[in-house]
Amino acid sequence: MTTDLDAAEQLSSAPKEDNGGGGDVGIGLLGWLRWMWRQLTSMRTALILLFLLSLAAIPGSLVPQTAASPTKVADFVAKHSTLAPIYQKLGLFHVYSSFWFSAIYLLLFISLAGCIVPRTWQFVGVLRAQPPAAPKHLVRLPVYATWRSAGTGTSADAERTLTAAESLLRRRRFRVARSGDAITSEKGYLREVGNLLFHISLFGMLIAFAVGKLFGGMGTVLVIEGKAFSNNVAMYDDFMPSTFYTADSLVPFGFKLDKFEATYQASGTQVGTARTFQANVSYWTGSDPSKAVKASIQVNHPLAIDGSNVYLTAHGYAPVFQVTDAKGDVVFDGPTPCLPQDGNITSTCAIKVNDGYVDNKGNATQLGISGLFTPTAAPASEFKTTGPHSVFPDLLDPHMYLTVYHGDLGNNSGAPQSIYELDTKHMTQYTVDGQPLKFDRQPGQGFKLPSGGTVTFTGVEQWANFTVAHNPGTGWALISAVMAVVGLIGSLFVQRRRIWVRAVEGPDGATTVEIAGLARSESARIAEELADLALALQDTAPADLPDEPEDPAAGNTATTAAEKE
Amino acid sequence: MILAQAAIDTKFANISNILVYSAMAVFLLAFLAYTFEWTFGGRSRVARQSAALAAKAGASLGQAVADAEAEGAAARTAPTVAVKVTGAGGGTTTLTRTVAAKAGKVDVVTRGDAAPPVDGVGASGGDEGADRFGRIAVSLTTLAALLDLCAVVTRGISAHRPPWGNLYEFTVAVTMVASLLFVVLLAAGKNVRWMGLPVTFGSVLGLGLAVSVFYVDSEQLVPALHSYWLWIHVSGAMVCGGALYAGAVAAMLFVAKDVYESRKAKDLVKRGGWWSDVFERLPAAATLDKWSYRINAFVFPLWTFTIIAGAIWAEAAWGHYWEWDPTETWAFITWVAYACYLHARATAGWKGRKAAILVFIAFACYLFNAYGVSIFINGKHSYAGI
Ligand code: HEM
Repeated sequence: MTTDLDAAEQLSSAPKEDNGGGGDVGIGLLGWLRWMWRQLTSMRTALILLFLLSLAAIPGSLVPQTAASPTKVADFVAKHSTLAPIYQKLGLFHVYSSFWFSAIYLLLFISLAGCIVPRTWQFVGVLRAQPPAAPKHLVRLPVYATWRSAGTGTSADAERTLTAAESLLRRRRFRVARSGDAITSEKGYLREVGNLLFHISLFGMLIAFAVGKLFGGMGTVLVIEGKAFSNNVAMYDDFMPSTFYTADSLVPFGFKLDKFEATYQASGTQVGTARTFQANVSYWTGSDPSKAVKASIQVNHPLAIDGSNVYLTAHGYAPVFQVTDAKGDVVFDGPTPCLPQDGNITSTCAIKVNDGYVDNKGNATQLGISGLFTPTAAPASEFKTTGPHSVFPDLLDPHMYLTVYHGDLGNNSGAPQSIYELDTKHMTQYTVDGQPLKFDRQPGQGFKLPSGGTVTFTGVEQWANFTVAHNPGTGWALISAVMAVVGLIGSLFVQRRRIWVRAVEGPDGATTVEIAGLARSESARIAEELADLALALQDTAPADLPDEPEDPAAGNTATTAAEKE
Repeated sequence: MILAQAAIDTKFANISNILVYSAMAVFLLAFLAYTFEWTFGGRSRVARQSAALAAKAGASLGQAVADAEAEGAAARTAPTVAVKVTGAGGGTTTLTRTVAAKAGKVDVVTRGDAAPPVDGVGASGGDEGADRFGRIAVSLTTLAALLDLCAVVTRGISAHRPPWGNLYEFTVAVTMVASLLFVVLLAAGKNVRWMGLPVTFGSVLGLGLAVSVFYVDSEQLVPALHSYWLWIHVSGAMVCGGALYAGAVAAMLFVAKDVYESRKAKDLVKRGGWWSDVFERLPAAATLDKWSYRINAFVFPLWTFTIIAGAIWAEAAWGHYWEWDPTETWAFITWVAYACYLHARATAGWKGRKAAILVFIAFACYLFNAYGVSIFINGKHSYAGI
């Protein structure tokens, strides 16, 4: 194949693959580095890396992830004593921040950069230069047509044909260049633009993602109705900072949970399924709560306050208890959030009376009340098989099932304690005649403790859990993603193609017109496009002469066409 | 207590269920009709016909010259010009136009024309009886697709929301998309009747699984799904599902036909046998490959968009647009697999069967994401409802 044909057939500015041979690679470190760079930025390596990336993503979906659910990871570790340490070593509990996952995508993006930069330059070069000159033998191109025309008999027929072809192609928005007896035209540069745009957008997405990971952070907080939250680390139950988002980065704002509202499916097979959740809040920016504004937060509708979004993520009940000691002094009075266990919000509670309680012998002790809360209690007849549980998530028939301990709550042991669980290691259960003391109480009811105090279940409030997230770079990620789709559409559906026209006047005064086209294999339209052009050219150069048998290109089109490259 | 605001209209829900069963039955009938078409389609007659067709294509050299001369002569009598295009698909089109001067004819020749892909004659093999079955099958498919559409619409009416809020509804809607797509392509005059058998098979299978395994009553949505993104994100996933099924089936047929063609080239097939009989009636491997590529390339941007829509929704619902939730992860894996396929197609050396294998992997990822992850892996996507 001639080199001019080679040049003509280069329809993409994709760099040529040098299949690992590395012919011109010198020796020494520089040579090696260059070789490695070539390998890294080759399309094949990019494909392999891409494939590896998806393989590497799989374990993260099968093994519990710390980022998603630390409790599941703890569960897993407890259950698999041999596997867990191996997983730990391999970073399988945090796949997406593991060194090997990061290594793959960093290599991929280096490879991508190595691809984009030279291609962009090359493409700019293509745009500035003329389309490549017509190859000598147009007949060798994938799509080809020729005819002879006696024309009008005047001279310069060939010239007129070329001029006509030029304007026809221009009208079809081809870029046209003339060289000698032929014109070259090209169209569909948007394919390349789209391709570059897509790959650059991928880069943009990565950067936006990295910005989010480095400069973003979040925290969660449980707020009981009527209580307020203000944005500082001390208020959070759980604060997840990042490299550049720390306790000092928190801007002052706050909100108060006025009321939490929920509706549930009341009938049908999905009875009890939540339908709406809504937290009505008053929020303020800055540190002045008196400037509060009312708003509501729902699932899917976070509240944006001063660069952060506040999401409603969970809710539950907080029974209110009043505890008096043997002397009748109120030592505890307030709500305690309980942890929902099922869809009907059967919840476990741990009410901790840390100080102030003095029993009838005058001894100070701590009290722990362990309880099960049911917003709508199942009938007692069902307890035998399933124990007390809730049958509906709304407050239709709230009950509290309680047992009480006294002794040391273990707060001072230093180990972190769950607010939902009682550590009864150093506590003693109250008993009557050797049987543990158990109560089933509704709001308003209470009971007396053997040590002289009283416990009253005064009412139920609701709590809501909020996630406060600061996600910089989200807008950029979105813009990049949209650009990526736009680029993708251009890159997949625009067809880049070339059309050549040559018109030569023979010694007999007749003009031989040759047209040829080239497109990427995925586009079959080029033949129709060429036919259209051939048809349009008939005005200037009508096909009215039989092909001369001695003409090498014509007469045996079928043969030449059959010629395989 | 605040009751659910809008009650479920059980009348429409029941109608929807009846429609789903009807659609399933009609799909099954259509499937049987296609099977009859393939079974009774011209057998030995086919062999003869396709041989004749192949001969015609093979004889292009001598014939083309003769044709050209004859047409050329004819053209010279009338003041028209004819441009004959032999496309890569083996089909020819002729553009004509009246011109002022006396006119001739021009041949646009596509390189590689010596062996243009010869598509099989179709399931009926030219047999009239079989063709009648085929046409009955097409009518039944159309009817079933419409029943399916009505089932989806009534389900939506009954629940006052987009009718794809759980795995059951998603599956029903995907079969609707796939079958409607097929019917629309047929109506647009595309030669896709060969897809009838796999499309109806998939629809019967999908609906069967939907009613037996995934079924849930028509209900309102859990709050997490309460968003207009449900319209955008899930319907995107659905359309992708229907189309990707078609793309995977085309790739599967391509591999089968490609194996057949290469065995035939080596004279390894028993001519006139049952398999060769069926394969002869399928479109050419190149045509099947082209279909598969077109469908998958068309779906890829849509799938990208679906993932982006999901990410925007995640940002609104969970606080971050990407948290490697299992469903997100598998959507990403699926996306990468299809990207690999497109890259592979664009790079030399990975065309044909190797690329088709990538389609199978990618589609398997899609299926696993839609069903496996929803059912077996507990993520934040609380979609299955089962
Ligand atoms: C990160 C994920 C990537 C995705 C999803 C992706 C996707 C795509 C798509 C859809 C195309 C269009 C295929 C076509 O023209 O038919 C394409 C083309 C291309 N990509 Fe990528 N790409 C990725 C990474 C890369 C990387 C890292 C490189 C560089 C090593 C690269 C190099 C190319 C080249 C050279 C082409 C053009 C092929 C041609 O025009 O012949 N891609 N890419």
